[in-house]
Amino acid sequence: MGRYVVRRLLVSIPTLIVISFVIYAILALAPIDPLSQFGADPRIPPEARENIRRALGLDQPWPIRYVKWMTAMFTGNFGVSFMSHSPVSELIKQRLPNTLAVVGVAELVGIAIGIPIGMISAIKRYSIFDHVGTTFAFMGFSVPTFFTGLLLIILFGIKLRWFPFIYDSTLQIHDLNSLTQQIRQSIMPITVLGLFNVATIARYVRAEMLEHLPLDYVRTARGKGLRERFVVLRHVLRNSLIPVVTLVALGIPAVFAGAIVTEQVFRVPGIGDLLVNSIGTGDIPVVATVVFIFAVLVVLFNLVADLLYAVLDPRIRYT
Amino acid sequence: MATTTNVRVGVLPVSNAVRPPRSLWGDAWYQFRRHKLAMAGLGVLLLLVLGTLVGPFVYRTPINVIDFKVAIEGPSPDHLFGTDDLGRDLLARALWGGRVSIAVGLTAVLIAITLGTTIGSLAGYFNKLDNPLMRFTDLFLSLPILPLLLVIIYLFRDTLRAAFGPELGVFIMIVTVIGVLQWMPVARLVRAQFLSLKQKEFVEAARAIGAADRRIIFRHILPNVLSPVLVAATIGVGGAILTESTLSFLGLGFPPDVPTWGRLLYDAQNYIDVAPHWAIFPGLLIFLTVLSINYIGDGLRDALDPRKSA
Repeated sequence: MGRYVVRRLLVSIPTLIVISFVIYAILALAPIDPLSQFGADPRIPPEARENIRRALGLDQPWPIRYVKWMTAMFTGNFGVSFMSHSPVSELIKQRLPNTLAVVGVAELVGIAIGIPIGMISAIKRYSIFDHVGTTFAFMGFSVPTFFTGLLLIILFGIKLRWFPFIYDSTLQIHDLNSLTQQIRQSIMPITVLGLFNVATIARYVRAEMLEHLPLDYVRTARGKGLRERFVVLRHVLRNSLIPVVTLVALGIPAVFAGAIVTEQVFRVPGIGDLLVNSIGTGDIPVVATVVFIFAVLVVLFNLVADLLYAVLDPRIRYT
Repeated sequence: MATTTNVRVGVLPVSNAVRPPRSLWGDAWYQFRRHKLAMAGLGVLLLLVLGTLVGPFVYRTPINVIDFKVAIEGPSPDHLFGTDDLGRDLLARALWGGRVSIAVGLTAVLIAITLGTTIGSLAGYFNKLDNPLMRFTDLFLSLPILPLLLVIIYLFRDTLRAAFGPELGVFIMIVTVIGVLQWMPVARLVRAQFLSLKQKEFVEAARAIGAADRRIIFRHILPNVLSPVLVAATIGVGGAILTESTLSFLGLGFPPDVPTWGRLLYDAQNYIDVAPHWAIFPGLLIFLTVLSINYIGDGLRDALDPRKSA
């Protein structure tokens, strides 16, 4: 197990380096001047603009700039935002926890609700529960996250007034009252992402369980007198979850896409919101870093999926 | 077969012996028709496509007439979907925008399928290419797609707009970027099929009579890969429509004068408390389109699966 973990970790490093190179190349080769904000200002004389360029190192060829950017990032230096003039690492530090909290809780909700729904649907195939569950799952991943978000806002934010529909980012948790407030304002963003996760996971679990239920090993397990609950949970579910983990891992970029949208809809100050705003203002250092952070997150979650894979399937650990 | 049936005519009653032969696609259609939800999806989708194609000719309210007297009004006999903040008719805009949304979905998937099938075939057929191409695919699979899409669109939008005009430029860009970032599942699928099919006897036979690689790939293996690719393509159209509307919703899709469904929602979100209808109708259209497409994909999967059509 230990060797497997180490090997997987080592594989993800070159992946990240290549991805960072791709991101940087796209930014560097784009026909847009990172200093266009300054360039538009006629009060800045050309010489001064040249000086700024040189001070920022923009007169060097981009492969060299890439290597510098990369090595600086290893030391935790992500550069300085053009707009707020604060270090990018500060901005990330403020916002990353919000994104991780929403995505993480939504993922847990997806697992906690999606697996049982998929399981019961598969066992009671063609029952009313199955029909309702399958329809719900189909709807869940056909509906765009921004539409679910807006619907929730209309229903629970405006009509019923149960939850605040603008996220208050200044809220500090210091007592019970502010904690409940924090929970109340997190419910809708998490629901939006959670619904999407529940739908995908339930659908995959159902399909995989249906593949496994008629297999011989299930009959053997029943034949040797195991209780049905044990057969389903220990044998069928565990085996079915192996491909589910792969499918969920492949869907991780979609989950982060959903997070970006959700943060926009509810104005949650996460890194997705930071990305969209920085793109709007042309804040290249922030944009580059945030895209890279998203890449790290995707690779990291894939790593977790691979480790889960090894936990579920002993064959992988020993090869 | 026909002659043997005729010989037996004397023995068996004719009506029993003759079952009209069904082609592969005829059989698939027969199976597909039994999937009620897929048929419902097909009906709804046809209705939506027809509506967006013919609708603007029948429902002749212009999409860009500004009339502040009727700004932000809910659905009424004059404006079935209501109006936006400038008093423009939302049904007309939604019909027009649907064209763009559906066209983006179809074209992007065409690009994704072409790329995916090419890379998947090469990786699956030529052993030497397999490892490098699959590493390449894995790399693409771990890219953060939406952030990259946003950045690419932001960076290249103005250049393309200048080169091809505001609407065509954005169309080309969005379609290409979505296509280029969505081919990976297709490539994996095609590769897996190629790996198993190239071991089969009929491929061996083709090689034995001296067929070139090109001929084996195009004539013998690819036609057998068609049905899973078709299913993937169908579901991909839904995904591409969702991606386009997401981009437009984030304000990085089409310009404001091209009212795609996502763009309508983007404009609507600031008025959501006074004009919920503005968001609900385009949102429902996206939802219905994608839902129908997914059900059709599900039906196709069942219909084209030889294990089920026994």
